[in-house]
Amino acid sequence: MHGRPRKSATPVDENASALKAAKIRSLQSQFLENHHNHIYTKEALEINAKLIECNPEFMTAWNYRKLAFEHNISSQSESEKADSDHIKSIVDEELRVVENALRKNFKSYGAWHHRKWVLSKGNSSTERELRLLNLFQKQDTRNFHAWNYRRFIAGLKNISDEKELQFTTDMINDNFSNYSAWHNRSVLLSHLLEKKVEGYFPKEIFLKEEYEFVRNAVFTDPDDQSGWFYHLWLLDQTVKVDMPNLVSSWPPHGSEITKTTFPVILLFNEPVEGVNLHTVSVQVENDITKNTTWSPLSANKFKCGQAWLTHLTIPPGEFNSSKIFQVKISSEYPQGIISLNGVPCSRNWSFAFGVSVCHDVQPEGHSLRISMGEENFSTIDVNSNMMNFLKSNFDLATDYEQPTSSKWKSELIASEIDQYRELLSWAECKIGKLTLARLLMANDAMITDTAVAPNMTHVEEVLQLYSELMELDPTHYQCYKDEYSLVFLKQVTSSKESLMKYCCQYKESMSLNITGNVCLRFNSLSLSRMGSFERLLWVQSLDLSHNQLHSIEGLEALQLLSCLNLSHNKLVSFMALDPLRFMKSLRVLNISYNEIGAHTVDTRRYLCSSPLSHTLDYDKRFEEFATSDEKVVNFWDAYSVFSGLDIMQLDITGNAAVDERFVLFLVKLFPGLKWLDGEELH
Amino acid sequence: MAETESYPPIDPTNFDLIVVGTGLPESIIAAAASTAGKSVLHLDPNPHYGSHYSSLTLHDLTSFLNSQSPNPRINPHQSTTEASDHATAALDLITRPLYSDVEISSYDDSVSEHSRKFNLDLAGPRVLFCADLAVDLLLKSTANQYVEFKNIDSSYVCDGNGNLMNVPDSKSAVFKDKTLKYSEKNQLNSFFKLVQGHLEAVKSVGTGVDEGKVISEEDLERPFVMFLDKMKLPPKIKSIILYAIAMVDYDQDAGESCKDVLRTRDGIDRLALYHASVGRFPNALGALIYPIYGQGELPQAFCRRAAVKGCLYVLRMPVISVLLNKDSGNYKGVKLVSGQEITSDKLVMDPSFTITSSPSEALQDVSKVFDAGKVSGKLARGICITKSSLKPELPDTSSCLVIYPPRSLYPDQATSIRVLQLGSSLAVCPSGMFVFYISAVCDDALEGKKSLHAAMDSLFSVHTSGTTDSSLTDQIESTEVKPALLWSALYVQDLIEGFMGPVVMTPTPDGNLNYNDLLRATSKLFQQLYPDDELFPEIQNTDSSDKLEDDSEVDIES
Repeated sequence: MHGRPRKSATPVDENASALKAAKIRSLQSQFLENHHNHIYTKEALEINAKLIECNPEFMTAWNYRKLAFEHNISSQSESEKADSDHIKSIVDEELRVVENALRKNFKSYGAWHHRKWVLSKGNSSTERELRLLNLFQKQDTRNFHAWNYRRFIAGLKNISDEKELQFTTDMINDNFSNYSAWHNRSVLLSHLLEKKVEGYFPKEIFLKEEYEFVRNAVFTDPDDQSGWFYHLWLLDQTVKVDMPNLVSSWPPHGSEITKTTFPVILLFNEPVEGVNLHTVSVQVENDITKNTTWSPLSANKFKCGQAWLTHLTIPPGEFNSSKIFQVKISSEYPQGIISLNGVPCSRNWSFAFGVSVCHDVQPEGHSLRISMGEENFSTIDVNSNMMNFLKSNFDLATDYEQPTSSKWKSELIASEIDQYRELLSWAECKIGKLTLARLLMANDAMITDTAVAPNMTHVEEVLQLYSELMELDPTHYQCYKDEYSLVFLKQVTSSKESLMKYCCQYKESMSLNITGNVCLRFNSLSLSRMGSFERLLWVQSLDLSHNQLHSIEGLEALQLLSCLNLSHNKLVSFMALDPLRFMKSLRVLNISYNEIGAHTVDTRRYLCSSPLSHTLDYDKRFEEFATSDEKVVNFWDAYSVFSGLDIMQLDITGNAAVDERFVLFLVKLFPGLKWLDGEELH
Repeated sequence: MAETESYPPIDPTNFDLIVVGTGLPESIIAAAASTAGKSVLHLDPNPHYGSHYSSLTLHDLTSFLNSQSPNPRINPHQSTTEASDHATAALDLITRPLYSDVEISSYDDSVSEHSRKFNLDLAGPRVLFCADLAVDLLLKSTANQYVEFKNIDSSYVCDGNGNLMNVPDSKSAVFKDKTLKYSEKNQLNSFFKLVQGHLEAVKSVGTGVDEGKVISEEDLERPFVMFLDKMKLPPKIKSIILYAIAMVDYDQDAGESCKDVLRTRDGIDRLALYHASVGRFPNALGALIYPIYGQGELPQAFCRRAAVKGCLYVLRMPVISVLLNKDSGNYKGVKLVSGQEITSDKLVMDPSFTITSSPSEALQDVSKVFDAGKVSGKLARGICITKSSLKPELPDTSSCLVIYPPRSLYPDQATSIRVLQLGSSLAVCPSGMFVFYISAVCDDALEGKKSLHAAMDSLFSVHTSGTTDSSLTDQIESTEVKPALLWSALYVQDLIEGFMGPVVMTPTPDGNLNYNDLLRATSKLFQQLYPDDELFPEIQNTDSSDKLEDDSEVDIES
């Protein structure tokens, strides 16, 4: 139950609990004896039932009951088999034991599970179940076990979703501060929508009413989060593009590149699988290339990713030609590309570019240290051809048709915006602000006509809302900061004029074949997250120093990146650098002055592949490392990030994890390393 | 007289306490004194329990009202009684009329045919709040085992335009309400939260938690209406809070001329009581409950409690005089209509008694009690019977409360008018009929009757027996269907407060919707009577405190 203070135990209580413990111990030893000897007699079951009544959390006892149940059902005599009452009595006994256990503790996982298990065996009536549920849901309306069980019973008894939806309405009317009820509502509406039940399909039919329903909750008590959480679901239902879609690619359509080997990047709006020879065609001079292999830029076991990569070498055989090769990449069978939810792409797309052959300049002989200091840059002359470079990259990179939003969606969002503006006019509340910020962004995204620049009408207001939230609700500061960063980046990357302000030109002395001509400098902007990658696929040199980044998730899409400055950020572990694994072009990396190794407990570590993880292939090379120095096993996380990279220049000082031994490990790991922390290696 | 002979003799003839009248305050005192081990004789001149708090059949109600109103009538014991003993003086008691301007109208014979199927409250409209003192006292005294309750299905308040709107009295009611604007929902619930925050902060004072949420002492002493203004609540919300939740009588916006200004401190207490009532018992859907078979069940429940503890009951036994010690003027006992004299240490009487003549100097002390029981105010009450509900479109609503805040019915309406509709499921009327109780505090009968009539005009239509104006009736009916009035009784009741002297006078039913003020007064009287005894001490049982919280303790039929 909620909101009940805990009382400290009195001596009387303690005495009682000691007695209870003694009782449980004795029952437990008898039970384990029976369990061990596979004794499933009535007496043995009674001992077990008593034990469960004392301690409903004892999983072994429940498992024993399952074994006994199966044993007794299958070993019954012929005469008993004919007697359906016999089976019924066994089932009823199980249900009775569960019910007693639930009366003792209605949040017992084992008991609820056992009940489901018994009922799913059939052989029993489910009449009692709804009555039992009503009892438990009255006792604690927010008991998620009961809600969970309710869904199970509704499925078993074929209770209509509409009827269950009405039940959630009643529960919410009783007390709208009930996550479980709102959640079940979203589940039921999704079912109804999926089954295209009349009155619930298409979704605009119910969305409007649901917005009004939940508005009553949010406006009555803007500090209550349960309704707001449902509002988030509604908003997601409203703005969600129902299918995966290509949002950006590289090389740009209509561009001309002068490299013989180059990456091709497909960036989707959500992780997809199925990008391969059959679904995507690559044509060079109208000949379909048969040997392209696409790989996702992520290491999860589902073989899917938001960004997909292949490398092309043009021309395939003949050299010394000055011809420009036309390359066309198009969707061959978009339905084969499917999202994690199993929704296929349905839109065709294609882009074409020219490749003029020139021999790649070998990077040899460049031993100069590349610095990203202020003195190495000059601002871009608006009239220079740099502007043209940016223009060609920028305008074309995102020229894909996006699904146009329906009118009802924009109307719905616009009316919600008006409502939340009104709410904020009476009350300063964080949920109102956050919701308004999200609505405004959704609104802008909806009325974006992708042929021109994205709609940024409300971006200043949204940024203002997030800054206010950071002050209003310091507990969730980081969350608002991340949102702020993403919105800010969206704004900056929305037009080439605004992006131009963050682009710098390298002075001539630099190694342009490594850094490219232009460096994108998002330094000292107090960013905590990086985003808007779909507009940055062309970037070769990126300065993110002096920010508050704690993650670089998504950065792997920038396959051209060769120069990356992440110094003076808040990266706490090598795990946070995981996207670097995919950035094979990376030559210059600065991760100095972060917090790597400074926090002994790394809460993100579990998210990452470990040497034991099945997502990481067995690596013989690491074994070699490990045997040469037993301490090196401690660097497996750094190894898993860096092992495939060919870094020439690395700055890593100013991190707690860096010591002499680690430096030696790095030198060994990067044979091509020329500069380490500003010192030239020999 | 043959009747006199039928009065049974009472044995023993000496008690610790004699209680005359079986109204709620008297019954509680009798039960509490019996529980504390006193020997108690409980008498009532009427053939039924409850005195002015009883629920009666239609005919009994009519005759009781008439018997207690100032008709020129002869006191049967007019001749001055003599005490049997020369050291004793006798002060003759007569009934003082508590009711005036009784006006009974019947528009349909079917009502009086069913007379016995009615249980009409003399002191209606009245309900219990789930968390109020009456419920606590029932639980504490265990008298709750003799009463069953049902909840009042809904409550309505009349807005400025004469429309009845639901009272959004809790967070979930605000959420569900269909008439409030979103801004109003926010304002109302924010105010509920502010009060709740204050109460929690007050509770945890000293722990340093949430002390910022405490409402300032200055604000607490201000009129509640000013505090509501300070919180920028619009008139509609203010009216809901003041009249439909805090149940204030007088117009709080009248400024200086308002007779009874509610302070913020008390307003917050009333709001807290209301909110503690919502959801106290899982079976009760709202804040308010009503006893099945009528309010008269409550004094009866306490009488039964008292009887279990050894209290002796004699109904139909008028007391004709109070016996005093001639020299000291101290109270000695009473003389019954049967002629029997019974002595006791203490005497408690309901307020419908007074003395005929001024006694001699030595007896002034006792007579003061009767003088003190002066009328402190007046209350207009009405009972109406119809065949249809106010909300026929809501089949689930058989009982409801309707509040007409001051000025909502006519411009110079000075006080709130409260109406309680009860259906046959509460066993107060035959099935298919509805009973309405109406009350308004007033200065005089004229004003009070005006309030009652205004509410009745707004609620009911009257079918006159003649057919002359049937076209007019039809016209009214076609525009809005109002329940047709079948029977009504209007009367004005005197309000008399309790008084503690050599003998104790209990208070008359007050003008409130619940019994809280009455029970506070009763409890005070009991403490003065028996300073060493507690009013129903907690039963010394380890889980008694849990029992109070136990949901099943108060029987509420759902």
